[in-house]
Amino acid sequence: MKVGKDLMAASAAPLVLAILTEGESYGYAIVRRVRELSDGEIEWTDGLLYPLLHRLEDGGHVRSRWGASDTGRKRRYYEITDAGRGELAEHRRQWAAVVAALRTAWGDAAEAASVATMRPGVAL
Amino acid sequence: MSAPGGASGPTVRPDVEAEITRWRAYLDARGAVAPADADELEDHLRGQVEDLMASGLSDEEAFLVAVKRLGSQDEVAREFARQHSKRLWRQLVLDGGPRTPGRWGAVPGMLGFAVAAALATRAPSLVLDAGDDAARYVLLSVTLVLGVVAGFLAWRRASRAAGIAAAVATVAGAALTLAYPFDATDDTVVLALLHLPIALWLVVGFAYAGGRWRSRAARLDFIRFTGEWVIYVALIAAGGGVLVGVTLAVFRGLGIDAEPIVSAWVVPFGAGGATVVAAWLVEAKQEVLESIAPVLTRVFAPLATLALAAMLVAAVATGGFQESREVLIAVDVLLVVVLGLVLYSISALEPTSPAGWTDRLQLALVVAALALDAFALAAIAGRIGDAGSTPNRIAALGLNLVLLVNLAATAWLYGVRLARRGTLEPLLRWQTAYVPVYGAWALVVAVALPPLFAFA
Repeated sequence: MKVGKDLMAASAAPLVLAILTEGESYGYAIVRRVRELSDGEIEWTDGLLYPLLHRLEDGGHVRSRWGASDTGRKRRYYEITDAGRGELAEHRRQWAAVVAALRTAWGDAAEAASVATMRPGVAL
Repeated sequence: MSAPGGASGPTVRPDVEAEITRWRAYLDARGAVAPADADELEDHLRGQVEDLMASGLSDEEAFLVAVKRLGSQDEVAREFARQHSKRLWRQLVLDGGPRTPGRWGAVPGMLGFAVAAALATRAPSLVLDAGDDAARYVLLSVTLVLGVVAGFLAWRRASRAAGIAAAVATVAGAALTLAYPFDATDDTVVLALLHLPIALWLVVGFAYAGGRWRSRAARLDFIRFTGEWVIYVALIAAGGGVLVGVTLAVFRGLGIDAEPIVSAWVVPFGAGGATVVAAWLVEAKQEVLESIAPVLTRVFAPLATLALAAMLVAAVATGGFQESREVLIAVDVLLVVVLGLVLYSISALEPTSPAGWTDRLQLALVVAALALDAFALAAIAGRIGDAGSTPNRIAALGLNLVLLVNLAATAWLYGVRLARRGTLEPLLRWQTAYVPVYGAWALVVAVALPPLFAFA
């Protein structure tokens, strides 16, 4: 199973922000962390992470600086801002609401389904 | 890099290295991805290649997988383009744009306003005589035309507040023009003619922002709009001028003197209509100038810097300005040009873009302009006392002060940006916050100075 495109797009910003709360990071490491966290279920098109990071930066949710990797390559590091933490908290509230609603709906549906399959049995 | 210290990460063979270079060149050639963004993507690609090689893949395989994972360049470049190039414009268009074209046809509506603006140029002839009262006649024409432009933008934005502001400003401007007892030869009417349009232009800006005049993004867009509108008007004027010249020549060849009709009707109508058409073109054909305007700035900023450097050398060599009357006005105009280049340059850059040679050049330009202004002010300082204050002098000095404050702060902010490698944010904040100052000063000169000097 792979996570669908729309869901991936919707969850990208909160995931990136959450990963950055673990500390300053850079693009490739963020992608690697996403794979780790999702056991490979979330497969981003890696290149699309950068426009997202820049969008977050324009919105003031992350800050970036240029540094160097261990091997001396130019590398851009990202860090979450206070505004970003606020944004992340808001994401969490919204996702919690969605997940709770889905859970309730699926719980009821499962019950309804089991009831529906049992009834004929009772009637017979 | 082909000189690994052996620190970490396996190295790739030269032919794979060449592949990476080719991939990078291909990405750069697209234009949509800025070099810094491309650096970032390359770092990502190399990081992925190293990881894959560490897990046992050959360098060639690792490169192929890494490129695949990074996504097609098309897709990535498109995302970057969406994110960057048209940022604020697009937001505004997406916010308020889509419904406007549907309002009984964007083009017929625009043409209606263009005709109204054309008629507005001749409307003063109902109350004023173009010959005896030329300055007031022009002042009233300009007021009415700008009122129509503001009305057009208010209509485009479907903003009631903007419509009311446009109407009130037009009526107030017209009332002032008619109520003030200007004489055709007065200095104050010329000053009003130069300053009232600036105040009215900010009303145009209010309409442009759809009433959201406090929004920094909207102000910045209005600055861009102003620059692009000027370019469109200049282009239309150039084309119109050629057409008028050819028409006159042909009619003359036919033995008909078309000049009176052309200068009394055709040229004013054309000029009036052009203001609305240009305002419409700036938005409708956004892509056309969006890329030209920054190029123009880049061409003219170095030229202006060179010209200013030459003027400075001349000022030092000759020991400063001699004639003080025209000097201040000339320097004021120069400062306006410099400010225009600064505004255009910063409005074309990404807010987060790193400081570079453009910033150094702009800083040099602004500092040179300030130094020249110091020469001009020094030449005048001695004479203000003995010559007394005239409306012209107050207007010129006030404008100089307005520009001086802006440019001094601009130079300071450029310096800070270059020293700390900061973002463009402080400069953008300063310039957008300063916009109302121009309108306020223009209003003072147009409204308060004439009565203070008894309409001299």
